[in-house]
Amino acid sequence: MIGASSIRKEGRAKVMGTACYTDDKFVPDALHGVTVRSQVPRGILKGIQFGAGIPWGEFTIVTAADIPGTNRVASVVHDQPFLVGIGEEITHPEQPVVLLAHPDRRLAEKARMAVTLEVEERPAILEIQASLDLEQVIYGTHNLLKEIRIQKGDPEAVWTRAAHVIEGEYRTGAQEQMYLETNAMVAVVEQEAAGLRVTVWGSLQCPYYVHGALKQLFGLPEGQVRVVAMEMGGAFGGKEDYPSVNAGHAALLAWKSGRPVKVVYDREEDLACTTKRHPSRTRLKTAFDAEGHLLAIEVDFVLDGGAYATMSPVVLSRGALHSASVYRCPHVKVHARAVATNTPPSGAFRGFGAPQSLFAMERHMDICARKLGLDAVDLRRKNFLRMGDTMATGQVIREDLDLGGLMDRALEEIDYHRKRTTFAAANDRESPIKRGVGLAVFMHGCGFTGGGESYLASVAGVEGLADGTVSVLAASTEMGQGKNTVFAQIVADALKLPFEMVETAEVDTDRVPNSGPTVASRSTMMVGRILEDAAIGFKQSLVQHGFLKEPYTADSFREAVAKAVATLGSVKCYGQYHRPPNITWNDATYQGDAYPTYSWACYAAEVAVDMDTYEVKVEDFVAVQEVGRVVNPTLAAGQIEGGVAQGVGWGLWEEVTIKNGRMINNQMTNYIIPTSADLPQIRVVFLENPHPAGPGGAKGLGELPMDGPAPALLNALENALGPLRLDEVPMTPDRLLGRCEEVVHG
Amino acid sequence: MAEPITLKMTVNGTDCVVTVHPFARLLDVLREDLRLTGTKEGCGEGECGACTVLMNGRVVNSCLVPVVQAQGAVVVTVEGLAQGERLSSVQDAFLTYNGAQCGFCTPGMLISATDLLNRCPNPTDGEIRDGLAGNLCRCTGYVKIVDAVRAVAADGGAAR
Repeated sequence: MIGASSIRKEGRAKVMGTACYTDDKFVPDALHGVTVRSQVPRGILKGIQFGAGIPWGEFTIVTAADIPGTNRVASVVHDQPFLVGIGEEITHPEQPVVLLAHPDRRLAEKARMAVTLEVEERPAILEIQASLDLEQVIYGTHNLLKEIRIQKGDPEAVWTRAAHVIEGEYRTGAQEQMYLETNAMVAVVEQEAAGLRVTVWGSLQCPYYVHGALKQLFGLPEGQVRVVAMEMGGAFGGKEDYPSVNAGHAALLAWKSGRPVKVVYDREEDLACTTKRHPSRTRLKTAFDAEGHLLAIEVDFVLDGGAYATMSPVVLSRGALHSASVYRCPHVKVHARAVATNTPPSGAFRGFGAPQSLFAMERHMDICARKLGLDAVDLRRKNFLRMGDTMATGQVIREDLDLGGLMDRALEEIDYHRKRTTFAAANDRESPIKRGVGLAVFMHGCGFTGGGESYLASVAGVEGLADGTVSVLAASTEMGQGKNTVFAQIVADALKLPFEMVETAEVDTDRVPNSGPTVASRSTMMVGRILEDAAIGFKQSLVQHGFLKEPYTADSFREAVAKAVATLGSVKCYGQYHRPPNITWNDATYQGDAYPTYSWACYAAEVAVDMDTYEVKVEDFVAVQEVGRVVNPTLAAGQIEGGVAQGVGWGLWEEVTIKNGRMINNQMTNYIIPTSADLPQIRVVFLENPHPAGPGGAKGLGELPMDGPAPALLNALENALGPLRLDEVPMTPDRLLGRCEEVVHG
Repeated sequence: MAEPITLKMTVNGTDCVVTVHPFARLLDVLREDLRLTGTKEGCGEGECGACTVLMNGRVVNSCLVPVVQAQGAVVVTVEGLAQGERLSSVQDAFLTYNGAQCGFCTPGMLISATDLLNRCPNPTDGEIRDGLAGNLCRCTGYVKIVDAVRAVAADGGAAR
């Protein structure tokens, strides 16, 4: 079963159009909720005016003063208010201030425009350098949302004795997740004998994050809050933490009005106000010996976190931990900071900090190779991590790692060496099209960073149903990645049952335990492993209680489960994460096993640049990766292809344009994501190397494909165009033209 | 408030009469009045194609069609592709090849792919990619979607 390309469980409903997404849920008598936002980046809220021409008496109006519990969104740091109250500080231009609900959606929208805010404006911080320079202190004492230092050896002792020291600075822009389904939430609040009962149905990745946020907002105990994950139209991290905010808003309106409330963002609102990938600036300093061996790496990594911490502390951590990439180096120093600015909070997006720092390092390696007079392939090969090597945190590579072989496979697939030669010859001729090939080698840590998995202590389970089939109990959500299918495969494999006998239960916090958030490439590897244990326990208890005899057939198993359910009423078995004994992590020193393991990859891109328009066409793309054992090859390839497409978009086209702290290209018309006509047939190769930590040997793979495309593409661009300042993504035609002109004009 | 208007359409083979807001979009009428929620709204400005339906045999973004223009029209939505429980060949291929991930672009993508194959029964990969370029997908990188459409063409087309 593991290893089969089983058909997506919810696929039939999706192709028939019957899959029920949040806004598809029919809610009789629902009000439509809308949000009035601050519109200025920084200031003090002095008053709220409700303009003429609106029947305000028909509206439900919620402000900060109405909040029954704590006006702070539960997150890593409890710093963000659900609503800004009068007299309080506005810290970014999309900050929610007033919530309105009305039965007529059009009138609700009109009313939103009729609310004006009196704000005493203050000077704002809008980008990284201004925040670091403390032009204004807008967060804590030093504008720092989080600071991390990692040290191995002593780079300072190396700079003067090294044959070569090479420095570089790299930047990456914000990126919008652009899930096709905008954020949406339905809320009902009932008055029960036990007190308030708050229920939300929504498009959300992490039901227990929302659960925790609603408990804190209303001051309610565990059992009085229920969160149900509807079918989800994509997320990519964009629905990791944000749904705690809009669920709270919908629930506040439902509570005050006594009616169900739907809050569905239109695209412009979703783009303007929800979280995006953190913009970054990375400074690298590297030392090499005369042969090109890395002696020291110093990394100064800075992320723009926006106005509140949200996920920044953990995004920063992952970025810092990936910043030395896949290279063996005796002396490494990493200084990582997430700074506050008066822009909407940045948040989770596939890759979670790693794409930013890996872009810098993988771009830097090509630049170093050129400066050292070496081939970029050879320079990497000299420096790859191997079994027994130690990473920056002291983590020892315990697996039989062959990055050279991985890279060779990618080189062969894309015909790298022949293309380098033929393109070089063709590019010398007077042709408006210049071609190049480039690559990036990288890794992605599987599961939560550091002690995160131990802290989560996730629980997942298996339940027998009255008809004898088996249900998977986990709060992990389906966002298109294939969780329903892969979990069923893992449990069916453990129980030696046909795939059809296992389904996943609806993700409803009243029914499923907290298997942790659906993030960090952790569902298959971490939750899957817990499910494997739970399934074995389930079978053993059926045997111990005399319902099942081994060996069994699918039919006898079905009979045993049906009988057990009829006799006992309910048959469930849970498993819980246990830290493997050889994994250690010290969060104070940033020493130890940052991740239980990593997935490894080499991506190679071929580009053609039109020198008349500076448009870049991606003509071929090869993605070779080692992700342990592949549970479902078709779904896994789909994850890689989709991630590569997002990576290509980030590398070449997707630019968030900010003016006075607000995204001004907040439409699909002017924020450009790849279409089918913009991409080649992405070619995916899996090299399988089963890892003992995952179910059936599987590792994580969801985020990995986001990390490689941007540096591979810019390395290919340098191959096509020669040395340019290709230090930033997205490398849009405008930016590329500018870089070419720098060379001409010096 | 504007006076509601009454109009007739044939949707997925069924004659319908709806009384709606005069400025309503075809998308709103399909989703809210007829409760055909398979058709999705992704952008509301005709960029993403999630709301694609066939109107009088032509693909349209239903978010850009004022419903008054659909008076008397024959409309086919994703719900009209299968015959009962029997999937169309395009739906079946999307299921087999994993052409749907999150599924939100899928209804519109299926309509566009069906229309493409009806107009161009043996498309090249380039024609498939150009033909579907009005339907954005953020999950798949389009590889499995192209695979599915190519397979339908190889197997006798959308009408099979």
